[in-house]
Amino acid sequence: MSTVEERVKKIVCEQLGVKESEVQNTSSFVEDLGADSLDTVELVMALEEEFETEIPDEEAEKLTSVQDAIDYIVAHT
Amino acid sequence: MSLDGKVALVTGASRGIGRAIAQTLAQAGAEVVGTATSEAGASAITEALSAAPVPGYGVAMNVADTDSVDSALKTITETSGAPVILVNNAGITRDNLMLRLKEEDWDAVIQTNLSGVYRTTRKVLRGMAKARFGRVVNISSVVAGLGNPGQANYCAAKAGIEGFSRSLAREMGNRGITVNCVAPGFIDTDMTKQLDESQREAMLGDIPAARLGEPEEVASLVAYLVSPEAGYVTGQTIGVNGGLYMG
Repeated sequence: MSTVEERVKKIVCEQLGVKESEVQNTSSFVEDLGADSLDTVELVMALEEEFETEIPDEEAEKLTSVQDAIDYIVAHT
Repeated sequence: MSLDGKVALVTGASRGIGRAIAQTLAQAGAEVVGTATSEAGASAITEALSAAPVPGYGVAMNVADTDSVDSALKTITETSGAPVILVNNAGITRDNLMLRLKEEDWDAVIQTNLSGVYRTTRKVLRGMAKARFGRVVNISSVVAGLGNPGQANYCAAKAGIEGFSRSLAREMGNRGITVNCVAPGFIDTDMTKQLDESQREAMLGDIPAARLGEPEEVASLVAYLVSPEAGYVTGQTIGVNGGLYMG
């Protein structure tokens, strides 16, 4: 079973079309990984699916980096 | 043009233009799921699609009811997979002159014809984004551009659909998703049979083609717009109206 970190990074790679080596915990989705607004919405939806959870819009807006996503998932699942 | 292997959802498919669209897409190879508001209507659609290359089926769904849309889409996705083609065709009329237009008649038309498009589109968009392919065709009307006495509610909803489509086309363009409107003119269906003789005569006089259109003449344009070949056509409203409106 993969860790939350591994699973989050895998989804980030799939959704944003970036290589695993480019994805650091500190990577910002928009600034470092080139995500646009639609990408970030899709990314959140993919995380919701993977971790079978619902991320409210006001929380989703705060998830701007890989670490933010990992922390959120760890705290809420 | 082939729609092989694609699931197409057509709302309001039990009669008129929707029925013709369902048949045409099914003949082009799509697995067509048609919706009707009643179970009887859904069964009739299943029957009508049974001879298609990939037999489609009918589902009872009311686009004015969020729960109904959600549960129907769940069933469809489980049965056939996520639709990558959506034709928002379901529509009603509650005609009256503005001075007499009741709020319930305004609301009913907006709920079905405009908000219904929002509800179904929102539910299928995710699957299209994932597939990096999607075709949304919204059935507007020539009166969205022309206006029509006695149809302030209907015209408002149809014009609303056109603005909705242009926004969505911009949002989803880079995901391989196109969004267009088809605006039929005076087509020979149950809906236009409700018009009285004088309205009919007056309209015919303004149509260069000097006849009503057939539902199949609308359906063939829809079949093109949902095909892979139409990938560079998006955000457009295309009329099928015998020249009634050349905006």
